[in-house]
Amino acid sequence: MPLYRDEAVVLRVHKLGEADRIVTLLTRRHGRVRAVGKGVRRTTSRFGARLEPGSHIDVQLHTRLAEGQQGPGGQRGLDLVTQTESLGAYGAQLATDYTRWTAVSAICETAERLTEEGEPALRLFLLLVGALRALVEGTHPSGLVLDAFLIRAMSNAGWEPALTECAKCSAPGPHTAFNVAAGGAVCENCRPTGSARPQRDSVDLMAALLHGDWARADGSDDTSRREASGLVAAHLQWHLERGLRSLPFVDRV
Amino acid sequence: MYEGAVQDLIDELGRLPGVGPKSAQRIAFHLLAAESVDVERLASTLVRVKNEVRFCTICGNVAEADQCRICTDTRRDPSVICVVEEPKDVVAVERTREFRGRYHVLGGAISPIDGVGPDDLRIRELLTRLRDGVVTELILATDPNLEGEATATYLARMINPMGLTVTRLASGLPVGGDLEYADEVTLGRAFSGRRRVD
Repeated sequence: MPLYRDEAVVLRVHKLGEADRIVTLLTRRHGRVRAVGKGVRRTTSRFGARLEPGSHIDVQLHTRLAEGQQGPGGQRGLDLVTQTESLGAYGAQLATDYTRWTAVSAICETAERLTEEGEPALRLFLLLVGALRALVEGTHPSGLVLDAFLIRAMSNAGWEPALTECAKCSAPGPHTAFNVAAGGAVCENCRPTGSARPQRDSVDLMAALLHGDWARADGSDDTSRREASGLVAAHLQWHLERGLRSLPFVDRV
Repeated sequence: MYEGAVQDLIDELGRLPGVGPKSAQRIAFHLLAAESVDVERLASTLVRVKNEVRFCTICGNVAEADQCRICTDTRRDPSVICVVEEPKDVVAVERTREFRGRYHVLGGAISPIDGVGPDDLRIRELLTRLRDGVVTELILATDPNLEGEATATYLARMINPMGLTVTRLASGLPVGGDLEYADEVTLGRAFSGRRRVD
């Protein structure tokens, strides 16, 4: 398949050479793909503006690999962007709001880290598009949209934190201790030393974000939001085994 | 693989941005075939650049003294500062011959995904420059991409409460192009930034 077409969200861009750019895309059917956009940094480029982080695009790519074939070292190598149409310039709309743009950066980085090249991740793709749309619509605070995306993306990856029962013995909750390494809320009997003791409202907020209970999430107070976002970030980074670069820069004003 | 100095030269050239192994080999053999005087001039220029060129203590542009020629030029308007990402952007704006103010080079743009935050740029130095009350207008000329846009938004949010006029370079259609080939983001910005024709 020298040419193929797919729907994608641009996760990250890197400069390449004089005027080119390497774009990392999360596609609907082909998973994570890295491709070169030739000459897109020139002001005369016809699709440079569509290849910005957070853009939802319909893209045509050229690959040197046949269907199912892998490149050296199991890597796909770089495809070539030949055409793009915009389906939603979410990134461009959000860059004029610094708070929401930092949330977009963290969402895109998480999506990149949770996917493998060439392995389809349809649920994560739909989750990503939904999160970007929610940020553009601005119906919920950007911090909550980000935390909802992170906790659902973890759930999708098989790392859903236990919130209503003990992560170790499954005893029904609510429990007052939370331990990232144990996998979430833990009962008094199973509680490892050094476990956090979050407010009940913070754990309830995490559950609301996980299950899409926005009425409850929007009604939460600042203290719960701060505590819940800390627990979500700690849980995610523990499973990723490496910190997310963009999370410390998220503007939660 | 070549022997000794030739291979060392190819390896060093290959470390330069945008120079691959084939290009490095071609440049190395070009230098081997060139006149000695030309190669010595290139070598001495490289050494001089490294030894003499530094960054202006006021604006962050490249300079051969503590301050660059623009910051020391008394004919330049000190009340207007144009904020750019890199020293090469200063050259691009200077080519227009439209701007007679001074510059501030940030040294990049905010990019959380690459681990670059506001504290990694020369934003603190910019705020210090603005405190003396001489500057009345700040022109944000960061790149017209998302990182540049977000950096401009961040700066505007910080500087607007100081009472200065903060402006952003216009985005829109390239001169000499056809409207039908414009992408929707650029065309949308051109619409939102349209101006009255008298």
